[in-house]
Amino acid sequence: MKRLLSGNEAIARAAWEAGAVVGAGYPGTPSTEILEEFAPYPDVYAEWSPNEKVALDVAIGSAIAGRRAFATMKHVGLNVAMDSFWSVSMTGVEAGLVVVSADDPSLHSSQNEQDNRFIARWARVPCLDPADSQDSHDFMVAAFDLSERFDTPVLLRPTTRVCHTSSPVEVGEIRNRRPVPDTYVRNLAKYDMAPANARARRPVIEHRVEALADYAETSPLNRAEMRGTRLGIITSGVAYAYAREVFPDASTLKLGMVYPLPRKLIADFAAQVDTVIVLEELDPFVEDQVRLMGIRLHEPPTPPTYPHTKSIFPLMGELDPAVVRRSAVAAGLLEAPALIGAATTANGSGNGVAGSGIPYAAGGTSPSFRTLPLTPVEVAPRPPVLCPGCPHRSSFYVLHKLGVTVNGDIGCYTLGMAKPLDALHTAGCMGASIAVAHGGAVAGDPGRHVAVIGDSTFFHSGIPALLNVLYNRSNVVTIIMDNRITGMTGHQENPGTGHTLQRQETVEVDIEGVVRSLGFPQDKVRTIKSYDVKALEKQLKTWLKEDGPAVLITQEECALLPTAKATYLPLAVTDACNGCTICFRIGCPAILQSDELDERTQRPLALIDQVMCTGCEICAQVCPRDAILFREQVAHV
Amino acid sequence: MSELPALSALPETLDIALVGVGGQGTILASNVLAELGMAAGYDVKKAEVHGMSQRGGSVVSHVRWGRHVFSPIIPAAGADILVAFEKMEAARYAALLTPAGTAILNDFAIEPITVITGGARYPGDPAIESAFTEPGQRVVWIHGARVAEELGNKFVANVVLLGALSTMLGLPETDWAAVLDRRVKAAHLDINHRAFAAGRAEMSARAAR
Repeated sequence: MKRLLSGNEAIARAAWEAGAVVGAGYPGTPSTEILEEFAPYPDVYAEWSPNEKVALDVAIGSAIAGRRAFATMKHVGLNVAMDSFWSVSMTGVEAGLVVVSADDPSLHSSQNEQDNRFIARWARVPCLDPADSQDSHDFMVAAFDLSERFDTPVLLRPTTRVCHTSSPVEVGEIRNRRPVPDTYVRNLAKYDMAPANARARRPVIEHRVEALADYAETSPLNRAEMRGTRLGIITSGVAYAYAREVFPDASTLKLGMVYPLPRKLIADFAAQVDTVIVLEELDPFVEDQVRLMGIRLHEPPTPPTYPHTKSIFPLMGELDPAVVRRSAVAAGLLEAPALIGAATTANGSGNGVAGSGIPYAAGGTSPSFRTLPLTPVEVAPRPPVLCPGCPHRSSFYVLHKLGVTVNGDIGCYTLGMAKPLDALHTAGCMGASIAVAHGGAVAGDPGRHVAVIGDSTFFHSGIPALLNVLYNRSNVVTIIMDNRITGMTGHQENPGTGHTLQRQETVEVDIEGVVRSLGFPQDKVRTIKSYDVKALEKQLKTWLKEDGPAVLITQEECALLPTAKATYLPLAVTDACNGCTICFRIGCPAILQSDELDERTQRPLALIDQVMCTGCEICAQVCPRDAILFREQVAHV
Repeated sequence: MSELPALSALPETLDIALVGVGGQGTILASNVLAELGMAAGYDVKKAEVHGMSQRGGSVVSHVRWGRHVFSPIIPAAGADILVAFEKMEAARYAALLTPAGTAILNDFAIEPITVITGGARYPGDPAIESAFTEPGQRVVWIHGARVAEELGNKFVANVVLLGALSTMLGLPETDWAAVLDRRVKAAHLDINHRAFAAGRAEMSARAAR
């Protein structure tokens, strides 16, 4: 019976069916649910590792020990794990190893739009590119077999639309239980990559991709579907769905394995149709290789200009049927449709996050990003914001007020960049905040640098950078915002939470203890409750006047955790409010402008939404007229 | 579950877009719709975006039913029905609706931070309605939030909207109930069923007017 599964659910299911016994990963949209869905299956071990490199090494360790394993991460997570990825490409494995790394076209939740198919090619690792949930399931099962057959890690590369689209999937009902070896293999020539051994392994990985390229010619992962002979589309991933939707009569060569490519299969396909195009999302990964094979592709009226080599479809952003159709029209492949675009006349307002609107074509050969939705009404932008009651809010309010340079990091607190909090100067990638602040300081930038980093990100890659601040003596003040959970990806456990992914109780790593153990002076490490605006401000002011590094840990659990929700108590505004607008500057969605105006100032009075307010009291603390009641006052009203 | 209706008794394809603000329950609603379509014999796809946009940002879910659904994304001007959990989001995504489509609008506003801090204006109801410019388009207002509040739980507004939507799809009420039973925690089932019934009543009241 078919089940309705997201791509992520299908991958987890397939990992279990394929007999994987270890799954390790670090949360990252759109990959997070894979491991969450895998963890409850019987007889499996699943963990959130502190970062992606650790996760991949854990999976490699299992595979060398002869047990099937996989690691999950988002596309940028593979950058963190890259040393391990290359290393295991060189050594190969004893049992199947699959690296699942999810790309994020349109940067729905990411800092870049890198196309990880290139990483597979670069590291001589086969890459599978699923188009939907059924593919995700089938390819994950196939990946374990390929890994063992060719002694290689396999990269499974779903994209956001594949991960988070649900469709019916035929699953297997029986688990493939693998035989396990009695002893741990000791094969230094293969598993100890000292230069002499590595040099000997070097040609092995080239021979391996040659063998894989041969396999690709007849692999069921690649499928030529002959329909009409006028147009042939070479496609992969979710782009296959758009090819079928927009060009129902065209023949398609659906490439499930995008590296290495089946040269003869592609040439034979191209020979059977009048016109050949490549339809793929993001970079011209397949297109460039197909051109290198000497295959003539359809030339659009305006060909791309070097260094861009993608000829028909946009280089950036997610594809969708409208983008594909518009691009095809521009390239002379389709007649212009009468209806599309007719209802869209005025310029819509972007909400500040790429891809959060209706996908509407950029198209053509231009590398420019697609435009946002068009509606005849002026619609207010709605960017994501820190939630009501978010414990990060107070620190950003204070930092903005102090006017210091703030180097940020990746997590919910990246939203501290947005108005009105407007506190961050940089936010690059996981763990960057502390060392980027250090770099600015040692370079001689006269302003003080404050680094902000969340609890999970601190464990991920903040610790070595903090060690560096201390060791190499910069003036950086680091704020570790400990909200007791990995927040942005939807509440995953981490070394500070006291629980594992599989709901086991474990050590609750004490962040202040970790920091102190590095050797910071006694008076330069302090934990303050996150909602205590005055204490935060006082401590930061003191340290910013002094010399030397310091670490402030702000601690309060995420307001969306069930234990926090149980304590919600909405606050209220009194008659003392005169519309001074200061409480609006904390950027809380629960503080609204009421319709009532102050008689004297003619400015709107504050109003607290009784459904959204959690009672965190940040607004009550910043109100200069004591016009917002504290919890205790509300309770007594 | 009652006997499944034949596919031919229902439309060949059905595309429904659910739009709103992160945290409003669009994902549960789209899960219900996708399961319902599958139970009715359709191929289905349901696409949504998790992650950053869920932090109070603008969200959209695409649910598609058909004999064979390829694209997970509904093309522009392709949605038969647009369900807006928050009314301004209806205007933001108006271009998704077909020229003959119906927009179901929850009469409920969540002011974005850009409005709270005074940088942008929240459009009035007539402006929101004016986003639906095609003469064949129909706009139906539902008091989803108010009805949910009257039932004692503001968080079931999503199911009130599903109830309203259900009157347009021609599937027996029992089919919906069966999917709700599977998708909703047992402790919340009763209020969700009442919310669903209230949504149906809301829609009938609109139709009768």
